[in-house]
Amino acid sequence: MTTEELLSDLYDKTLVGDKPAVLELTNAGLAQGLGPETLLYEALIPSLEEVGARFERGDFFVPEMLIAGKAMAGALEILRPLLAETGAQTIGKIVMGTVKGDVHDIGKNLVNIMFEGAGFEVIDLGVQVAPEKFVAAIQEHKPDIVGFSAFLTTTMPMFKANINALNKAGLRDQVIVMVGGAPVTQEYADVVGADGYAADASAAVVRAKELLAKRRATAGV
Amino acid sequence: MHTILSSATTTVRIGDDQPFAIIGERINPTGRKIFQQQLRAGDLSRVEIDVKEQVAGGAMLLDVNMGTPLADEAELMRQAVPLIQGLTDLPLVIDSSIIEVLDAGLAVYQGKALVNSVTAEDERMDAILPIVKKYGAAVIGLPNDEEEIPEDPARRLELVRKLIGTATGKYKIPVEDIVIDPLAMPVGADTLHPSRTIETIALIKAEFGVNMTLGASNVSFGMPDRHTIASAFLPIAISAGLTSAIMDARSPQIVRAVKAADLVLNRDEWGANWISAHRAAQKAAAEAQAQGTT
Repeated sequence: MTTEELLSDLYDKTLVGDKPAVLELTNAGLAQGLGPETLLYEALIPSLEEVGARFERGDFFVPEMLIAGKAMAGALEILRPLLAETGAQTIGKIVMGTVKGDVHDIGKNLVNIMFEGAGFEVIDLGVQVAPEKFVAAIQEHKPDIVGFSAFLTTTMPMFKANINALNKAGLRDQVIVMVGGAPVTQEYADVVGADGYAADASAAVVRAKELLAKRRATAGV
Repeated sequence: MHTILSSATTTVRIGDDQPFAIIGERINPTGRKIFQQQLRAGDLSRVEIDVKEQVAGGAMLLDVNMGTPLADEAELMRQAVPLIQGLTDLPLVIDSSIIEVLDAGLAVYQGKALVNSVTAEDERMDAILPIVKKYGAAVIGLPNDEEEIPEDPARRLELVRKLIGTATGKYKIPVEDIVIDPLAMPVGADTLHPSRTIETIALIKAEFGVNMTLGASNVSFGMPDRHTIASAFLPIAISAGLTSAIMDARSPQIVRAVKAADLVLNRDEWGANWISAHRAAQKAAAEAQAQGTT
């Protein structure tokens, strides 16, 4: 198989969520001497972006998005140690969780996969995460970004409660706060005092990178 | 066991020997951005259309949720309840995760309402159950706690035990006024989810015989042809012991599936409801045709 064929096959198999084939092709690519970045940026990430685009258009449905995400996550497990070896540093660390009172995690999990694919280290706190849990995780992991997810209009007020908890713990300035979820809007994100919002998983990664670059520029890093 | 709910003039009984209780889900701003903007501006006019459509579709109760970001949810609930009660005789389900909103809605409600909802968390039970008791309302109980939405039906049953124990023991709420939500999750997220829900329903029915309701639209979330999925899921769940659902009452397909389930499960003696619904539909079609030709 030529490099081109392999990458195109890996793209196709990720798109349809064929995890065994994705793992096999990832290993085959590495055996052929392809770098982990090549596999990631020239097949896996573009494929998952296409999955996201098809979902947005209504051509793809939730199970298809989930199995594609799982296939990609499997490949990442193989690639992650290699990416670390080649000196490709993680571009940032993010603590993620669905807010207290809310158990929806499909969207959050997809955002996690997109972040991982983009080179972030993701610490997922799961669902129903109370403000004090976010505070403890930020103290422990010292992330660049914390992400709050809410699927219900009734749990969105937890964004504000979480931000208040960060203020109280003296952590607000140390971390970029991003919020998201189906009912969330830019306007709402602004009102509660979040630093960033995005309407979908790919946009969230783009926005996170922007915010991170801005923060690092200001900090002179 | 019958859960009896009422408005000022109408009583609805939920029970396994009764027609399946269809609770209209539509009066809820979640996922409706225009409705949210209207509510934020204090404009409740859209509610009238939602009430009409759901009553016409066959709703027997209406869920009322005013959860709107950046709005005074308690004030909206205080206005919505009398407004809706002026438009329909159907009993209402007062739906919020905020205690003050539940209190505001119940305070102005005429009759016996159903409260949506309380979880098995101690903190939530201690805040919500006294309000349920105070207004003599009924309540929907969800078997999840601060830790998790358990996947295992046996674990859900344990939380139901805790909920019913606390509500009937500590708060002296009659067991027939507790309606359990066995938790319906999207089949698109895991094709085992509906089976777990149905197993939970059977376990709850065997141990407590209480009435049960669930958010039927959750099941089909993220999938194409959602109405057909609901139309298959609900009769199976009804057969296991589900006695009510918060669902899309505007969908003739889903409503008819539920009515057919009533018929085949002997909750519609001599098919009287089934046949009269058929005649009503025939009559409506004939009238529509007559109007079309004049």
